Amino acid sequence: MSLNRRSFLGTGLALGAALSAPSALGQARPRVVIVGGGAGGATAARYIAKDSGGAIDVVLIEPGKTYYTCFFSNLYLGGFRDLASIAHDYGRLASQYGINVIHDLAVDIDREARSVALASGHALGYDRLIVSPGIDFVDGAVPGWDLTVQNRMPHAWKAGSQTQLLKAQIEAMREGGVFCMVAPPDPYRCPPGPYERISMVAHVLKERNPTAKILIVDPKEKFSKQALFEEGWGRHYPGMIERIGPDFGAANVEVRPDSMEVVIDGTPETVDVCNVIPAQKAGHIAGIAGLANDSGFCPIVPGTMQSRIDENIYILGDATIAGDMPKSAFSANSQAKVAAMQVRAALIGARAFPAKYSNTCWSLIDTGDGVKVGASYQAAEDKIAKVDGFVSQTGEDAALRKATFEESLGWYAGITADIFG
Amino acid sequence: MREELSLVLALALGGAGAGRAETHVEAIGDPVRGAEIWVYCSGCHEIGPEAQASIGPPLTGLFGRRAATVAGFPYSRSMQRAGQDGLTWTFETLDAYLENPVVLVSGTRMSFPGLEDAGERADLLAFLRQYSDKPSNIPEAAPTARAGDPELSEATLALAGDPGWGEYLSSECTTCHQRDGSDQGIPSITLWPERKFVLAMHAYKQHLRPHPVMQMMAGRLSDEEIAALAAYFGALGL
Ligand SMILES: Cc1cc2nc3c(=O)[nH]c(=O)nc-3n(C[C@H](O)[C@H](O)[C@H](O)COP(=O)(O)OP(=O)(O)OC[C@H]3O[C@@H](n4cnc5c(N)ncnc54)[C@H](O)[C@@H]3O)c2cc1C
Repeated sequence: MSLNRRSFLGTGLALGAALSAPSALGQARPRVVIVGGGAGGATAARYIAKDSGGAIDVVLIEPGKTYYTCFFSNLYLGGFRDLASIAHDYGRLASQYGINVIHDLAVDIDREARSVALASGHALGYDRLIVSPGIDFVDGAVPGWDLTVQNRMPHAWKAGSQTQLLKAQIEAMREGGVFCMVAPPDPYRCPPGPYERISMVAHVLKERNPTAKILIVDPKEKFSKQALFEEGWGRHYPGMIERIGPDFGAANVEVRPDSMEVVIDGTPETVDVCNVIPAQKAGHIAGIAGLANDSGFCPIVPGTMQSRIDENIYILGDATIAGDMPKSAFSANSQAKVAAMQVRAALIGARAFPAKYSNTCWSLIDTGDGVKVGASYQAAEDKIAKVDGFVSQTGEDAALRKATFEESLGWYAGITADIFG
Repeated sequence: MREELSLVLALALGGAGAGRAETHVEAIGDPVRGAEIWVYCSGCHEIGPEAQASIGPPLTGLFGRRAATVAGFPYSRSMQRAGQDGLTWTFETLDAYLENPVVLVSGTRMSFPGLEDAGERADLLAFLRQYSDKPSNIPEAAPTARAGDPELSEATLALAGDPGWGEYLSSECTTCHQRDGSDQGIPSITLWPERKFVLAMHAYKQHLRPHPVMQMMAGRLSDEEIAALAAYFGALGL
């Protein structure tokens, strides 16, 4: 990942000529390269391939052969899903949609030459590039924590082995132990995600280790669906969960992985399991390619998802500054459809319609107690702006909550089919 | 948002030279006024998440419930028989029962003379329905929505949808509704007759059907967009 621009140019020059953008060479099929096969990237790849009938060469670059969805990974922690049920591969994107799936890592983007350098040393020319790399963590965001200690203090904010590890730690926790979450500051992937996770951890502990405690160290004043979560925690897990907010020093937190300590405003606490979710930024490649601004995320054109910095590049999902839209798989999927349409319009003259965006996030609080929040959005001049929205209410009856949970199962089946075919 | 939508509508219709679409429909009723009428019931019935049996059975989740099925409640023989015969509480059956209870269930123990005023019944039903909304009710009208369809002008109903536009718009639906028609927790919308699709979407748009996600999604679709979606989904080959 540390390949710098100069070394890229070295490899790029060698291979660039052979693989440069086909349309630039006067070849028939224009090429779209997509970096990142997650909620945003895989959706865009599928929609472009599906709707262009072979007229566009679609190349998807993704290092992982199996994509574990972060969405529903909390349900895996809670014992409501097994790991296999949140694992997806790229087989159908290749076999049914003719997408060229390359399992490799993009290490640089030469925007002038319109070429992507891969870790394997190859370079790939493009006519349009779509970048959907998700998030990476801000260096030094939680003093004492970095990726070298992620096995002692897992983040599990990218799903897979980290999630498995965290689950094992929760289940092995000593009787009456303390689970601590260091929650992230805004903006971050999945606003209700940390609090759904707390609910799922509490669900496990209530059954296996009922005297255990949960501590949330949270630098934010408020959080998503707060009233719903707090009502649910009081009802299902009374006395188990304590949250320390910024007024009690939670904005000043440091961790000591060796001694399993969390230092809150100078006061150390020894904990048994520590889930550190650091502050976030766009996936590294966005920064390397110069597509992110000082916020660490990428500015986009609201109506098209084009980068404000390079009109040949579209950026999706968590990596973007998407105005009022939260960072969610639903959002990434919604944005991908706008970008896919725009790319088809640019390359093969397909019709483009005004962008419509939407999002709904379901969360599970305890068995059969599902809640949701959602909104619709449209492109305003300066940002993607909220049009209308709704949120579950406190005091809803059990039947409605159960139906909301069942609806989330339908959503998961629907969106994963929409992403991976 | 409202303003923008009606602007789009006015522009589109103005351009086509058609008359203004008649989008007014008979709303099911006013739940706030219904809450006032509820005081006639609350002496005997409870409603809400914690509702228990009292003199009468709890009325939470009433819509769609078979009559006389709250476990342990001592219903009249007459009500039990009605339940066994298949009486289910929908907008229509409740409306009839509230108008004159003994006409529908002759031996009911409910000592309530009935509400003569159809508007008051609709308001009360709108109130009761708030405790019965089920997301799984997409797209059927019954039991929580009034069985009648929204009234739409012939011009709106006759709009010929643009399936190409519908194809793009449909991508917003397929995040949840699977294109191949499978339904797990979220119903299928594939291969619906176009007219039924249009009526259902307008019913959400006008909040006649209760589901909040669908009210939001349909709420910002123009008549042309609804027609486009109907054309697309109606013709989708499986
Ligand atoms: C615990 C948790 C719960 C969540 N629950 C929900 C939920 O219920 N609903 C919801 O809508 N969202 C949820 N989310 C959020 C959702 O997972 C993300 O918002 C979504 O995955 C974002 O999509 P993306 O395409 O931006 O990134 P990702 O899905 O993360 O995809 C990025 C992909 O890019 C690849 N990549 C990165 N860098 C490179 C590179 N240089 N070259 C090639 N490939 C690269 C990565 O391997 C990855 O596969 C949740 C998240 C978490 C952590």
